[in-house]
Amino acid sequence: MQKTEIPMRPTATQSSLWRSVSNYLYYRPRLVLVLLLGPPLLFMLVVYVGSLGSLLVNSFFYLDGFTGKIVRHFTLQTYAELFVPSNLDIFKRTIAMAIAVTVADALIAFPLAHYMAKYASPRRKSLIYLAVLIPLWSSYLVRVYAWRLILAKEGILTWFIGKVGLLGALEWILSLPGIGGTSLGLSPIGMFIAFTYVWLPFMIIPIQTALERVPRSLEEASADLGAKPFQTFRNVILPLSFPGVVAGSIFTFSLTLGDFVVPLSLGNSKLFIGMAVLSHQGTSGNIPLAAAFTMGPVVIMIIYLLIARRTGAFDAL
Amino acid sequence: MPSRATSPGRKAPLPLTVTAVAALLFLNIPVLIIFLYAFTTDESTYTFPPPGLTTRWVSVAFGRSDMLEALWLSLGVALLATLVALVLGTLAAAAVYRTEFFGREAISFLLLLPLALPGIATGIALRSTIATLNIPFSYWTIVLGHATFCVVVVYNNVVARFRRTSGSIIEASMDLGADSWQTFRYVVLPSIATALLAGGMLAFALSFDEIIVTTFTAGQQETLPIWIFSQLARPRQRPVTNVVAMLVFLLTLIPIYFAQKLTTQAADTEGQQNA
Repeated sequence: MQKTEIPMRPTATQSSLWRSVSNYLYYRPRLVLVLLLGPPLLFMLVVYVGSLGSLLVNSFFYLDGFTGKIVRHFTLQTYAELFVPSNLDIFKRTIAMAIAVTVADALIAFPLAHYMAKYASPRRKSLIYLAVLIPLWSSYLVRVYAWRLILAKEGILTWFIGKVGLLGALEWILSLPGIGGTSLGLSPIGMFIAFTYVWLPFMIIPIQTALERVPRSLEEASADLGAKPFQTFRNVILPLSFPGVVAGSIFTFSLTLGDFVVPLSLGNSKLFIGMAVLSHQGTSGNIPLAAAFTMGPVVIMIIYLLIARRTGAFDAL
Repeated sequence: MPSRATSPGRKAPLPLTVTAVAALLFLNIPVLIIFLYAFTTDESTYTFPPPGLTTRWVSVAFGRSDMLEALWLSLGVALLATLVALVLGTLAAAAVYRTEFFGREAISFLLLLPLALPGIATGIALRSTIATLNIPFSYWTIVLGHATFCVVVVYNNVVARFRRTSGSIIEASMDLGADSWQTFRYVVLPSIATALLAGGMLAFALSFDEIIVTTFTAGQQETLPIWIFSQLARPRQRPVTNVVAMLVFLLTLIPIYFAQKLTTQAADTEGQQNA
């Protein structure tokens, strides 16, 4: 810390006033707590929790189909609408995507995190760290947009696949029902790639943090007891770092569930939860249905968080 | 504290190195593609390789008044949201760090929610509330939405710093005759200054390119991300969008880079600060 000249007290009266305020506060930690916590807590409770509460209330109202007005009477009718087959499909599709993206991210992130935590020299580690942090914080929209350029039919990836002579394979994959489409940029595969890409850093950091905490001595003990490297990895490193994977999955799962930018930029026009919420509240003004739709991911995430807490994932955050 | 377990001479198995490098490339190359396309002469498709290169799109982009308006709005929103977050986030961090109290766990959980719940939940919740209260959607409602997650970012950074700062220096300062203000100004503030700066910069970057919550809390206004998103549907002058996307990326890169420098200087590559 650099030296700072601390000015002498200006005047006696001013200082004694401050002094008595200080003394007064020192003996009243509760009051200090209220003063400190009051503003942020009030803000979060009123703006954030209050809004979530109002959203919950709204999901029990319904939209009168004839007048187009929201009827403020308690009803489960709006929730019942969620169980219409087409809406159930939206949930299934979104959850399947979230699971696929989470698994892919874990598989890609683990080797990199492992390398960072156990093998990289301090200098190289901080370089890699920066190379992970920049994508983590930098514009997510821009990074999704990049895939629109890459996956376009006339774009770089198709060009590259053509150069390698695998256009036939690409066409075969795109012709598969369920995941295919007219081009990579307009198919579930394209969405899957973009989702995996944008959320990858959220998986790397917690896994790396968890791996850093696995003591070297345990690995050495395992090796001394005759375990092969893979056995050590499978029976010692993986179980101990698993909370990191769970912590990362909180983000990859939640972010995929609520996103509408990727499906709107890259998907075929099949709906995902985020798009459904956006369109119900926007064009049709059906806030109750949008609210009920949102409660899906919210409930899933709260259950997920409660389970994750049990595995010790919050310590890896 | 994670132990620094790297021992010299420990070589990574080749497959691990290869997959790690592949992951790093996957993480960092795609954005560079935008840089290339910002200079293509191809106006309406994404042909690769580009038929030619030109710098004229930069001047075209800065001549577009709709883009400039969006840019100023985004900067204004990010600035105010960051200021609000700095004040509220620091207060919350000081409270949670200083004292044990009933409900402290609940408050840390509450402060995790805006990041752990899908942004769309925050967005639609705010929108329905604002609409119910008949508040017009404006600059202020955008700031309000951004402040929720910016507060959390600042809080995370500052509380991590508080945990590493010994509480006894505050007591020592008081014992040496400093009053609360002097202790805050000359002891507490210098020790959390870099965490404040780092948290503030990250909050700024996060707000500057936020789109999900903004879509719900903005009325007719277009922030820069919303402007980019609305351009996606237009096939003409695509390179202009690419120039702006490049600009947004570079503008967020600078604060992130410095925030990272500040945190590593303070914590010496600890790998702790988190989203």
